[in-house]
Amino acid sequence: MQKYSGFGLLKHALSHHENWQRVWRNPQPKKKYDVIIVGGGGHGLATAYYLAKEHGITNVAVLEKGYLGGGNTARNTTIVRSNYLWDEAAHLYEHAMKLWEGLSQDLNYNVMFSQRGVLNLGHTLQDMRDIERRVNANRLNGIDGEVLDAKQVQEIVPIMDCSENTRYPVMGASWQPRAGVARHDAVAWGFARAADALGVDLIQQCEVIDILTEDGAAIGVETKQHGVIKADRIGCVTAGNSGVMAKMAGFKLPLESHPLQALVSEPIKPILDTVVMSNHVHGYVSQSDKGDLVIGAGIDGYNGYGQRGSYPTIEHTVQAIVELFPMFSRVRMNRQWGGIVDTCPDACPIISDTPVENLFFNCGWGTGGFKATPGSGHVFAATLARGEAHELAKPFSMFRFHDGSLIDEHGAAGVAH
Amino acid sequence: MTQKNRLKTGGRIERGKPMKFSYNGRSYQGFEGDTLAAALLANGVDIVGRSFKYSRPRGIVAAGAEEPNAVLQLGATEATQVPNVRATQQELFDGLVAHATNGWPNAELDLMSYVGKVGGRMMPPGFYYKTFMYPQSLWETYEKFIRKAAGLGRSPLENDPDTYDHLNQHADVMIVGGGPAGLAAALQAARSGARVILADEQQEFGGALLHSKEQIDGRPATEWVTKVVEELRGYDNVLLLPRSTVNGYHDHNFLTIHERRTDHIADKAPANISRQRMHRVRAKWVVLATGAHERPLVFGNNDVPGCMLASAVSTYINRYAVVPGNELVLMTTNDHAYHCALDWANAGRKVVAIVDTRANPDGELVQRAKQQGLKVITGSAVIEVQGSKRVSGVSVAPISADGSRVTGSVERLSCDTVASSGGWSPAVHLSCHTGSRPEWRDDIIGFVPGKTVQKQLTAGALNGSYSLQACLEEGTKAGIDAAANAGFGDSAADVKAPQANAHREGKAMPLFHVPHTKPTSRAPKQFVDYQNDVTAAGIELATREGFESIEHVKRYTAMGFGTDQGKLGNINGMAIAAKSLNQTIPETGTTIFRPNYTPITFGAIAGRHCGELFDPKRYTPMHKWHLEQGAKFEDVGLWKRPWYFPKAGESMQEALNRECRATRESVGILDASTLGKIDIQGKDAREFLGRVYSNAWAKLAVGKCRYGLMCGEDGMVFDDGVTSCLAENHFIMTTTTGGAARVLEWLELYHQTEWPELEVYFNTVTDQWATMTISGPNSRKLLSELTDDIDLDRDTFKFMDWREGTVAGVPARVFRISFTGELSFEINVQANYGLHVWEKLFEQGEKYNITPYGTETMHILRAEKGFIIAGQDTDGSVHPYDLGMGWCVSNQKPFSFIGKRGMAREDCVKPNRKQLVGLKTKDPQKVIPEGSQAVNDPQQPLPMTMLGHVTSSYYSACLGHSIAMGFVRGGHDRMGETVYYPQADGSVIEAEICSPIFLDPKGERQNV
Amino acid sequence: MFYIYCPHCEEHREEEEFHASGEAHIARPLDPDNCTDEEWAQFLYFRSNPRGIHHELWVHAVGCRKFFNITRDTQTYEIKEIYKIGQQPTVTAE
Repeated sequence: MQKYSGFGLLKHALSHHENWQRVWRNPQPKKKYDVIIVGGGGHGLATAYYLAKEHGITNVAVLEKGYLGGGNTARNTTIVRSNYLWDEAAHLYEHAMKLWEGLSQDLNYNVMFSQRGVLNLGHTLQDMRDIERRVNANRLNGIDGEVLDAKQVQEIVPIMDCSENTRYPVMGASWQPRAGVARHDAVAWGFARAADALGVDLIQQCEVIDILTEDGAAIGVETKQHGVIKADRIGCVTAGNSGVMAKMAGFKLPLESHPLQALVSEPIKPILDTVVMSNHVHGYVSQSDKGDLVIGAGIDGYNGYGQRGSYPTIEHTVQAIVELFPMFSRVRMNRQWGGIVDTCPDACPIISDTPVENLFFNCGWGTGGFKATPGSGHVFAATLARGEAHELAKPFSMFRFHDGSLIDEHGAAGVAH
Repeated sequence: MTQKNRLKTGGRIERGKPMKFSYNGRSYQGFEGDTLAAALLANGVDIVGRSFKYSRPRGIVAAGAEEPNAVLQLGATEATQVPNVRATQQELFDGLVAHATNGWPNAELDLMSYVGKVGGRMMPPGFYYKTFMYPQSLWETYEKFIRKAAGLGRSPLENDPDTYDHLNQHADVMIVGGGPAGLAAALQAARSGARVILADEQQEFGGALLHSKEQIDGRPATEWVTKVVEELRGYDNVLLLPRSTVNGYHDHNFLTIHERRTDHIADKAPANISRQRMHRVRAKWVVLATGAHERPLVFGNNDVPGCMLASAVSTYINRYAVVPGNELVLMTTNDHAYHCALDWANAGRKVVAIVDTRANPDGELVQRAKQQGLKVITGSAVIEVQGSKRVSGVSVAPISADGSRVTGSVERLSCDTVASSGGWSPAVHLSCHTGSRPEWRDDIIGFVPGKTVQKQLTAGALNGSYSLQACLEEGTKAGIDAAANAGFGDSAADVKAPQANAHREGKAMPLFHVPHTKPTSRAPKQFVDYQNDVTAAGIELATREGFESIEHVKRYTAMGFGTDQGKLGNINGMAIAAKSLNQTIPETGTTIFRPNYTPITFGAIAGRHCGELFDPKRYTPMHKWHLEQGAKFEDVGLWKRPWYFPKAGESMQEALNRECRATRESVGILDASTLGKIDIQGKDAREFLGRVYSNAWAKLAVGKCRYGLMCGEDGMVFDDGVTSCLAENHFIMTTTTGGAARVLEWLELYHQTEWPELEVYFNTVTDQWATMTISGPNSRKLLSELTDDIDLDRDTFKFMDWREGTVAGVPARVFRISFTGELSFEINVQANYGLHVWEKLFEQGEKYNITPYGTETMHILRAEKGFIIAGQDTDGSVHPYDLGMGWCVSNQKPFSFIGKRGMAREDCVKPNRKQLVGLKTKDPQKVIPEGSQAVNDPQQPLPMTMLGHVTSSYYSACLGHSIAMGFVRGGHDRMGETVYYPQADGSVIEAEICSPIFLDPKGERQNV
Repeated sequence: MFYIYCPHCEEHREEEEFHASGEAHIARPLDPDNCTDEEWAQFLYFRSNPRGIHHELWVHAVGCRKFFNITRDTQTYEIKEIYKIGQQPTVTAE
């Protein structure tokens, strides 16, 4: 792999950038792999990378029906945090957070992980009770965080309306300083480049149309463009399309795919240095390095694969932002878009074996998958390598819905991550 | 300052109405009818900004929504600042104040440009992914510098003084675009009697006809426009919306129109008029007549001020009487752009040359240009521009027939303006919003709208029908068809479209990227996306590096992510990527445009739903009284509930202590009107209750009340409340304040979908009743003084009974139920009488020191008794047994009630679940903060093993010590044991596990 | 934003008046007590979640409060048919 650095950039500038190598190959798929990852989003690519790097399994293909990182990786609001309520979730997301903290160097690709801190606002007494509960749990789990009152919140975000004049005055917030944002596309590309360098085949424009089984075990996939590709183990990391994949394998998942919308303003000069989230008024906002205000909404209530949602959801979100930041009223919204998020009944993911042997699923991340990307890939790679769940993944089995051992993050996560 | 580029005559401007404005602190003059861009050009202002990455000077390129460079900061005061206004769309008004958004110390003399010149080569696309990584700790510092370069304009720092509103509209036919096609469609639809909305982003209708020299029906086209608009104005069934951009096209023909009502006069606007309005339109049929945008050609230094779109040059000359230069070189791939040179020449300025990339152009306009003596250089292209702050000349060279390379020697021409046209791109944006993918057509060298499931027709240039005659014909037909589809007029009617004069046009050449003598990587920068400084070399580099999907190319280079959303550059960029990948454009794909078509203010989207009106507020009938008493309020759902009633000088804790004591010692009163109340009737009502509550209801007699728990199918508690039997087939259910709507919908769900055979009816009566609870040893005495028809005897009106009668002269239902553990009566009266009865209770209760209390005291009093609050002591993960409320579960019921099966699942019956217990602190004065987490060993290393959290915790004035409830793993079997609560400050609070019932465990107080 | 025909009110109303309530035709088992945990989970959580034709339950929440079924394409968002509770869809996948 061609190493990236400031010096390298200078060298290439002198040759008019004509000699940059490809970031990844464009290989023809082999007939058979040790492991096939279905889905070339951030999680799938991270899985492939860690399979190769940590487990020495390099005979791996990532099959992507579109282009790498083109699903929810390309459509989220890039928030990274680990302040989850329940131990199981907190440990998983904190595992991801620790990987984030050295990711640019590990991948030799600047994913622009910016630890500018995340505020989760509280607007009611119950919000504040939930915040206290969550921050206490985080602290005892070794995750940074503190509870702030309205005055402290105002000091961190001077432009926010923390007065008593709003419909739901800000009462306080939880504050995770290590949380922040990252450059979403770079995460997918960085993992892809690093996985490719370790020998993983990244096959784009390759749609899986069937999962082939023999005696209750998966043996390969049929693809639209390249026919049958066999594998010893298959990991599905297809987010919103997981239900469709499960149907191919003959079972259902406890998932619904919903539209999740987001929007950006026109670029404006830096004005907001941190990430502000409010579940109560349903909106969250940060400012990108390009100057856009990046704003997320809640999910739409219906199932949808259209990568778009309904306008009132956008209205409510923008109302929340104007409520919190009345001065943004004259700033303009540039663009909106939607992703397809696979939501679980307990707002926690599924990282699991399935009724079909050798077939594993990593899905159900709902609205909060981006922040988990490296952690998700890391534990799923271990799961695929060993054929049984990584310690951190164990609680996230799909069979928890049978026995009732759900990990209900709704209270802590609310509508938006 | 003179308007040196203003023509003596012509244009649609009011020369009698001069207007002063300032740009970058200098004063200028323009005329009414100008856009800010036109006025700047009239005054010879070349530089309107600096580019984002390389700080290159930039000038005005376009005349409409596609303008990438003239993005300015507007506003005379701080509060009225508007960032990122496109000068080409901003009407000029007297007193307008504008600034460039980039450049230091200013856009004219920008020192950053030296950095851009030197460092520019270090900044290929994606350079930031490749560097700033080492050392890890420095990224935050790098990022600060990167951020400094970010952004165009700036947000105001004061709150917006303006208002915005919403208007819901219904249309039979919604027509988007008021150019020739849209006007023709509107005319037909209007005549059919259909309700028509016609919206156009410009201040007047006419679209391209406003700057056209074409004729319709033998008269100047603008006369036809005037005539049509006049006719449309005469129809009651037509709503004309100029200055209104259809910014989003959503599913099922829902469109949003952003109408700018005062932006053209800004702070001169009369008071009481909203600044902008969002029309939320539901249309039966939609006609898209959004036209097309001209594509510039991509060539060396094509961003030097003075490089413009050919059609924009015509627009400025014909519509605004502004010639944006003296000596023009036009480069074109098509006939249409010859208009630009002809207009320029007619304006009396010099056309240096028309450089036509085609070898043998022979259309009518070409002939006309030649006849007028204009120099036409064929089979050639402008490969490079000279000049830095303004074009000073061009290099022209012959090119191969396929446009791929330079084939001969380079000639230099001197000029100050370069107009270019690479053809037209239909404005397919809206058609994409609902998920339809555009389709490429080789014959028109552009994408047209693809298949759609919307009830939508398209007409005119949007379809690639670029001739005026085709626009008029397609518009006429679309208007008739849309109206007919919506049920108006006759689709078979033989209506003749207006007649335009036809031109014989030659075939256009598909050329996007003009070759240079040097390879693209070494040629002068050839810009594709001006706003994001994306060059042809950048796109080629992206594909070379393996970013082969057009989405990858876009994301890697940032092409199309600016405020112009790639209106000028996207197709060129796609073509360059396609060429580089050796593919066709359709193989390379297209990008789907998303709303908004052009950016719109957050204020307009929010409308009035901000500030106090963000959400409705619900008040109880006694709210006024609470306000007068200085109550502090708590938000619960939409309700404003009194939280506590502090007296002058009292702290919150002092107020709570007083309220608690007064209640336990004499009588307190709570406004409980917010509790959800659902009236349930029908012969199967009782059976239904037995299915949705966890406990038994079969034997509840008329006149009796019962507490019930509701669980989901997963067995987890989600609401609770008291339900009373009013008559054999009639019950009144109460729910939590926040859960009322959800519970009602849930009851309906089960009734309608699972058990429709049960005869039962539900209705919400929350707002119909005012509810006040008097609680305390003196409550009976007090009530007896206000009623003479209810027997309050303790043995006849028992605990958990209810009676109907008169209280304070008003018909009332009185429930003897208690959430405080004291003798309590919940008095329900018709809401209108609520305040009257409340005040009577105070009048009579004065001698008992009747004390109002709010939710906080209610919480303390119930916690002293160990009563839960659903939502505070539950979180969706606890079943009744976890709460120690197994007594409220009846497994004997014949019907498997909702929750029964769920709470029997493997994980729900395993031992050692988190269970709700009481907690007594070792230090009785210490209150454990709610949310504290329990551990067995506070010295253990992180991460600690947590046992559960404190859900409710208070200081009890009546008991003289703190009390708490919380979850502890296996807590029901750990009575008397100690758990520890590590705090953020490092301290540890020690507590003993106990029963959650702290006061009067035998329940004697409620039975006095 | 969807435009939904309420079969009880017999008119089209805006989506804002309705709530989506998930997949339709998920009947509560008649004998819950004899369901296995897995069978109960299938009823409670597991859904077909198709890309394409989907039968779903909606309620006219701020209108008549009645539930009804919609057959809708989850890809194009086109509503194919509306039918009352107890009725079967006529438009189905495959």
